[in-house]
Amino acid sequence: MSYGPRPWQQASWDWRAAANFMLGGTGAGLTIAAALVQIQSPHPVILALLLVAGGLGSVWLEIGRKLRAIHVFFNPQTSWMTRESFAALLFFVCAAVELFFHSTAALGATALAALAFVYCQARILRAAKGIPAWRAPQVVALIMTTSFAEGTGVLMLMNPDILATSLFTAAVIARAVAWSRYRAALKQTACGAALEFAGKALLQIGTIVPLALVLGAVYLPQAAVLAGIAAILTGWRLKYVLVTRAAFNQGFALPRLPVRGTR
Amino acid sequence: MTRWVMIADLRRCVGCQTCTAACKHANATPPEVQWRRVLDMEVGEYPAVKRVFVPVGCMHCADPPCMHVCPSTATRQRADGIVTIDYELCIGCSYCAVACPYQARYRTDVAEFAYGKAMPNEAVRQDEKRLGVATKCTFCSERVDAGLEKGLKPGVDHEATPACVNSCIAQALHFGDIEDKGSNVSQLLAENQFFRMHEELGTEPGFYYLWDKKEVPA
Repeated sequence: MSYGPRPWQQASWDWRAAANFMLGGTGAGLTIAAALVQIQSPHPVILALLLVAGGLGSVWLEIGRKLRAIHVFFNPQTSWMTRESFAALLFFVCAAVELFFHSTAALGATALAALAFVYCQARILRAAKGIPAWRAPQVVALIMTTSFAEGTGVLMLMNPDILATSLFTAAVIARAVAWSRYRAALKQTACGAALEFAGKALLQIGTIVPLALVLGAVYLPQAAVLAGIAAILTGWRLKYVLVTRAAFNQGFALPRLPVRGTR
Repeated sequence: MTRWVMIADLRRCVGCQTCTAACKHANATPPEVQWRRVLDMEVGEYPAVKRVFVPVGCMHCADPPCMHVCPSTATRQRADGIVTIDYELCIGCSYCAVACPYQARYRTDVAEFAYGKAMPNEAVRQDEKRLGVATKCTFCSERVDAGLEKGLKPGVDHEATPACVNSCIAQALHFGDIEDKGSNVSQLLAENQFFRMHEELGTEPGFYYLWDKKEVPA
């Protein structure tokens, strides 16, 4: 057994990278939700555009050579970050077309681009072999369901009809399941109390409370807004903690000890 | 084909950090940046405690995760296995740093000097290209390449060998071509038991740790 340098928190990505996962994920989730409920208003797409652009702008602030940002498009063969950039580009183009022509097909295409975008975000974490809490395969489902729960949460603030409420209910339940599976897979990994705490909040404030509020919305429609806010904030908190405070590396370990002297 | 690898004999390393100093001298890395560093690990429980010194740095993996995640193609792998960074292409996103399981990558955004302001030697060797981008051990590829051009043998001739290996006072560090069955590193690996760090991740590091002689059947 080795008691060498214990895992320590990565310091390369901070809140600016986390904001990309939080804002971009919510924007993508909102677009997908808006397409599924066939919403007529342009507001969800406009808001989603702003969220995704805000997330990308935030991560742009983090890179060391900002004027070379265009180089991010150079490696679609293997880099999920490049693929995320292409998906974002496609998302912006499709969203612009949708906003100009109000076409159902364009909204569908925008939602598909958003789905690709959030999938790439999830795979960005999955491909980071240096961080056990990120490289777990279950992180993909967690990031995608969290984004969808946040997106449907925003929709609950804008248009809490029966279809949006149904989607929202399914999304928060799916997110809770994804979190449980992710947490079970990470049992042996050091990822800190912060992630545990964020996970508990996700289950309690982000799942149980919104579900109760959705039921309460039958009598008090404003409860739907609170349910959406709870789902959004707990999702954001989980992603923030996952990217910044739970991102421990695995340190170094010696499977064998040196045999010194004569035997 | 050539595949350059490094070997650290854990039985020999005394943790003197001369390799770290030699690397800093050879590569002019700023404070806090150690392309070659030596971990001081305590192993076991009292009273059966052992102290082990473990040189680490870029492992020049055969399947480097840093290269796969790099969005700009700045991180590449040469035919001889050395993983390189093109400072002109790198955008400094640090994705490679979080993808590396060996914490071998650094990013320095502003010029830093040991005593606040640049000493004459630091001023001369300050390289703007290395600001805001990822940096790491290069296996002293310039020395290796220059040595090869002169017909020297890396790992054997000092002029063609990485600075850390040259400086090692205990001959714990070795460098050579693992594809050459007669090379120093091939001999060492044939005669000793070894492991590689976090081998379960499948990165196939080009850095081997010797820990014991090979068992000879009676």
